[in-house]
Amino acid sequence: MTALLQVEGLARSFGAIKAVDGVSFEVGAGEVVGLIGPNGSGKSTLFNCILGQIGPSAGQVTFEGQQITRRSPLALNRLGIGRTFQMLQVFPRLSVRDNLIVAGQEHEGRLFGRLLAPPDAGLGAAADEMLEQFRLSHVAHQAAGDCSFGQQKLLDIAMAFMTGPRLVLLDEPAGGVNPNMLGDLHALLRRLNADRRTTFVVIEHNMEFVMRLCDRVLVLAQGRILAEGTPEQVRANPAVIEAYLGD
Amino acid sequence: MTRWLLPAAVLAVLIALPHGLKSYGIYLLSLWAVYAMAAMGLNLTLGYAGQVSLAQAAFLGIGAYVSALLTVNGVSFWLALPLAGLVCFAVGILLGFPALRVQHHYLAFVTLGFNALVFLVLRNEEWLTGGTYGVEGIPRPSLLGLPTQSPIGFYYLSLGFLVVLSFALYALLRSPWGRAFAALRENPTRAESLGVDIRAYTLLAFAIGSGVGGLAGAFYAPLVEFIDPTPFDLGTSLALLLMVVVGGSGYFAGPFLGAALVMLLPEWLRFSESLYLLLYALLVMVLMATCPSGLLGLWAQARERLSRRRPPPPVLETRT
Ligand SMILES: Nc1ncnc2c1ncn2[C@@H]1O[C@H](COP(=O)(O)OP(=O)(O)OP(=O)(O)O)[C@@H](O)[C@H]1O
Ligand SMILES: [Mg+2]
Repeated sequence: MTALLQVEGLARSFGAIKAVDGVSFEVGAGEVVGLIGPNGSGKSTLFNCILGQIGPSAGQVTFEGQQITRRSPLALNRLGIGRTFQMLQVFPRLSVRDNLIVAGQEHEGRLFGRLLAPPDAGLGAAADEMLEQFRLSHVAHQAAGDCSFGQQKLLDIAMAFMTGPRLVLLDEPAGGVNPNMLGDLHALLRRLNADRRTTFVVIEHNMEFVMRLCDRVLVLAQGRILAEGTPEQVRANPAVIEAYLGD
Repeated sequence: MTRWLLPAAVLAVLIALPHGLKSYGIYLLSLWAVYAMAAMGLNLTLGYAGQVSLAQAAFLGIGAYVSALLTVNGVSFWLALPLAGLVCFAVGILLGFPALRVQHHYLAFVTLGFNALVFLVLRNEEWLTGGTYGVEGIPRPSLLGLPTQSPIGFYYLSLGFLVVLSFALYALLRSPWGRAFAALRENPTRAESLGVDIRAYTLLAFAIGSGVGGLAGAFYAPLVEFIDPTPFDLGTSLALLLMVVVGGSGYFAGPFLGAALVMLLPEWLRFSESLYLLLYALLVMVLMATCPSGLLGLWAQARERLSRRRPPPPVLETRT
């Protein structure tokens, strides 16, 4: 299997803190990879370095064989990479449905073409389908900021899929989601993975969720990869238990 | 189509209004139309796209001078009008560049500096602008042989253009661009990660808002028939900002209401004579402190509260 995403020796420091300290890994097309590690181990920083949000001080990132190190978030979106942030990031004063449409409308085509496009940018049906899948249809016309935290969280995740990305990086998708809903979220992500062959990298603190969702798990500790393997292997790894699962 | 009822009624009133007024009243109405245009432009930049600008009076001024200098030299107003808009659109792009680097109050200072710069150019480049002597004898435009030179005729012309401009901006804000502007305002980082070209939209927000300011200026010049740099100073930019904010920034009708209020309030407060500026300032402060989303924001809140009293429609809650 050729790698969809390749990360080689990625590093980033903040002052004296080596947040990401020479991380290398590969993600194959269609894989669902978990990224776990204690608070402050550098997971979000690693995402942001891959996604052009912050510049890495060293290392390389390759997507589909193409060098994408330090490309802008905009360029990466155009290439087919979607993401969510650790903090909830929706557009609070837009309706839930408009949040989804705006998440998809800029992916293709030309700026001036969009001025003349229909108001829903031709994405109304796609947005409605996404609302259905994420069970948000009943709040479609409500301002996103007026929705419950859980609903906003689902919307936030749904937005990352509006462009039909080939790779999606999710930063704690289960954080703050009602336990009842976690099963649905798991099924949803699995279905997106199966139907569209979307590849995932998922940061998560909820062990049960991540172990059930992922094919493979990477463990980060103090900015380095501590362990890597199937959920079972990682769960049984003494170093991981000591650094993370034990406490 | 009930949502068109209120605008249509307001328009009917605006058409009927000048018949009961003396020429000063008609002049004020025309001035309102011009300020409403300029404030509408600023509302796009600030209210919809979230980019602070304290330079809208500069564009009103550039538009007015372009229109004035061309028309006194025999160029048709109908050519001068789009040129005024285009010049301001282009200068607006330039003003947008600092906004790619700084935001909020820093951006306010940059745009404020720009307004001061334009004011100085208008005052000092006498060969072009006539300096403090200004430009006089600005002709009023004619249209299809209609009596558009009379006060009431010119008012109708301005009102007609305000309506056209409103439709154009409404269409623009309903297009995907409007949604992208809102995304830029609400969360540029997230917007960019979703493929929104925030650089392009920031520049566009300034360019369009400024261009609309230029169009307003093109009408301002023939309205007053004589222009000098004074009405395009920072004070006017602040007044335009006040119009947008008092009316309700990010509400489509905000500038219309805001322009009326900011213009009429001083007139109404005349009774208090020397105290009027004080009262005016106080009223504005109270309004802004109690309702930062402006009058239309207040109205929206009131409506929401009223509708909450009714039992909510039954919805099947999914368990989230
Ligand atoms: N912008 C920043 N400026 C300074 N230090 C930062 C910055 N961002 C992250 N850090 C530091 O880098 C380290 C890694 O942070 P990061 O957010 O990547 O951790 P994380 O693994 O995502 O943690 P969590 O599970 O709590 O989200 C931490 O020590 C953090 O304090
Ligand atoms: Mg994190």
